Amino acid sequence: MSMIIGMLPSVLMIVAPILITAIGGMICEKSGVVNIALEGLMSIGACTAAAAHVLMEASGMNHSLSLFLALVMGLLTGGLFSLVHAVAAINLNADQTISGTGINLLANGVTIFASQILFSSDRTREFRMGMQTDALGIYPTAYIALAVVILSWFILYKLPFGMHLRACGEHPGAAESVGINVKRIRYWAVIVSGILAGLAGGCVVLTQTIQYTSNTINGRGFIALAAVSFGRWKPLGVAGAALLFGTAQAFAIIANNIPALRVLPTEVFNILPYVVTLVALVLFSGKNYAPAAAGAPYEKGAS
Amino acid sequence: MTTTKKRWIESDGAVSVLVVLMGFFVGTILVALVGKNPLNMYKALLQALSGYNIDNGRMNVRYIGETLNYSVPFILCGLSMGFANRVGLFNIGGEGQYIMGLTLAQTIALLGPQVPVVHWLLAIVAAIVIGAIWGGMVGILKARYEVSEVVSTIMLNYVALYLSRIICLQLPGATTYKTANFPKTALIENLFFQKITHNSLLNNGIFMMIGAVIIYWYIMEKTSLGYGMRATGFNKDAARASGIPVVKSITISMAISGAFAGLAGGIVALGSFKYGRVLAGMDNYGFDGIAVALVGNCTALGTTLAGLLFGLLKNAQALMQGKQIPKEITFIIQGLIVIFIALRSALKLYQEFLDKRKLQKEVGIK
Repeated sequence: MSMIIGMLPSVLMIVAPILITAIGGMICEKSGVVNIALEGLMSIGACTAAAAHVLMEASGMNHSLSLFLALVMGLLTGGLFSLVHAVAAINLNADQTISGTGINLLANGVTIFASQILFSSDRTREFRMGMQTDALGIYPTAYIALAVVILSWFILYKLPFGMHLRACGEHPGAAESVGINVKRIRYWAVIVSGILAGLAGGCVVLTQTIQYTSNTINGRGFIALAAVSFGRWKPLGVAGAALLFGTAQAFAIIANNIPALRVLPTEVFNILPYVVTLVALVLFSGKNYAPAAAGAPYEKGAS
Repeated sequence: MTTTKKRWIESDGAVSVLVVLMGFFVGTILVALVGKNPLNMYKALLQALSGYNIDNGRMNVRYIGETLNYSVPFILCGLSMGFANRVGLFNIGGEGQYIMGLTLAQTIALLGPQVPVVHWLLAIVAAIVIGAIWGGMVGILKARYEVSEVVSTIMLNYVALYLSRIICLQLPGATTYKTANFPKTALIENLFFQKITHNSLLNNGIFMMIGAVIIYWYIMEKTSLGYGMRATGFNKDAARASGIPVVKSITISMAISGAFAGLAGGIVALGSFKYGRVLAGMDNYGFDGIAVALVGNCTALGTTLAGLLFGLLKNAQALMQGKQIPKEITFIIQGLIVIFIALRSALKLYQEFLDKRKLQKEVGIK
């Protein structure tokens, strides 16, 4: 039992960014747009936050203020790049998987390109101090994630805007017919998913590492994408999926300290989260819970 | 009516060329904006393409060989993506299928029977088979359990990566990043190619790649299997109604798709390296294959040309870095190209707008 409690801070540290991103992805899909660019948007947010923090730290700015501004900048760049996806998917009826893949590829290049220009290296310069844990050993990112989950649940299920958003993902034609502006709502949803992914990227880099490299995000955005479908497009379900995944991943770190488990290669535990997700997807398969119109472009007037 | 005559903008090939040019154009602007000389980027590209160094007038044909060798896995992974795409599936799992092929080829290269020809042939066939199994699994998950192939392929990519590490760390002579050298019988090197290209790594894999391109073209255009798959891709329900077994069709096509990526892994393992690698991360050929297929419109010829372009960009990276151009500009150009491909639907909207206006005009004249 004490082991599980001891694990909790590292589980939360790993879960928080995945959860924040997944909630963004969920909102986006609920509105009818599939966003597989989450991975790239996280990278962009992480790189921005790391670069901003290291530069402000060097200029002697107050530590907390610097962290806060770094997160804000990461979030804004995430939102900015998601606009590309919004224009492609919403205005131009583009194939959403292709434009998402394009952003992922672009993010690979842009982040390291920027590091090369700013720091003449294939990574950002190391910052001295990232986020600090509180008295319980928990990073502030866990509280951010909690707030995001609650807020998303409240907006989606308790406010008219949330109902409109869900209607756009289920039946955009019907939504339009009762006077909902489908395109505008989808724009908001895509931008929110970009903002949350950017924020999450910042959270990763400021809690788990000391600089941004091409390996920093390492599939977290894709895992968030899986958490959306595994969590059946519900805030609580997504939170559960992210938690399961984070626990499996934290276990890989902790297994190293347990003598009985050390006989197995660490890679066995590294595989665990992905296998767990796959098995869970198969076990809970059957009914399709996805928003009916997710992934399909909406053309006004076309039936 | 003039609609029978296609406008140039409706031709897929022309759009691909336009999209590539736009990618380079924006990339060039970006290089200029950060204060570097875009001309150096094109000098590097020219050298990677022709072996001619414009700065000192020297010629080194090795660059041509390397560009060709780099394009082999790009083309194969492009075929992998293209094949799945024809059934309406998005195979992001090329990377995992590639890794599995690479891993098994390395294992057999180190442990297999050291008989000339048999040895490397066995390794390559095994790479193809494991790639097919890894891809087929996605097909079964999709067809039987309705697990989105986007999610399952991503998961399987990571499973493949760590599985590969577990296996390769057990191989003879394994350190944290490499294994013992392969025996001579496992290599697919081509001494003639090495001689005419100044010891580039160009190897027999290129023949296998050409074979794969021909098979791809043949299955897609000439067989009822390809017809069934394309029908499934266009309209699943219509295909089912006309007696095409959709579940089988999806599984088989994902397996064939995986086979191409597995072959790519086998060729890279035995052709570009003399020892087994313990992968620390992904090689990204599988991911880039998505872009290759999209640029090539999933046709055999288009994918080959797009793969050559990507091989050229990859080979030019080191040259660019030497000329103070961050090599990541090539990733940016690739990303831009894919984004512009997504935006090509704008052309269709523009086309509809033009048609509408024309129609209005005609009606107006009446």
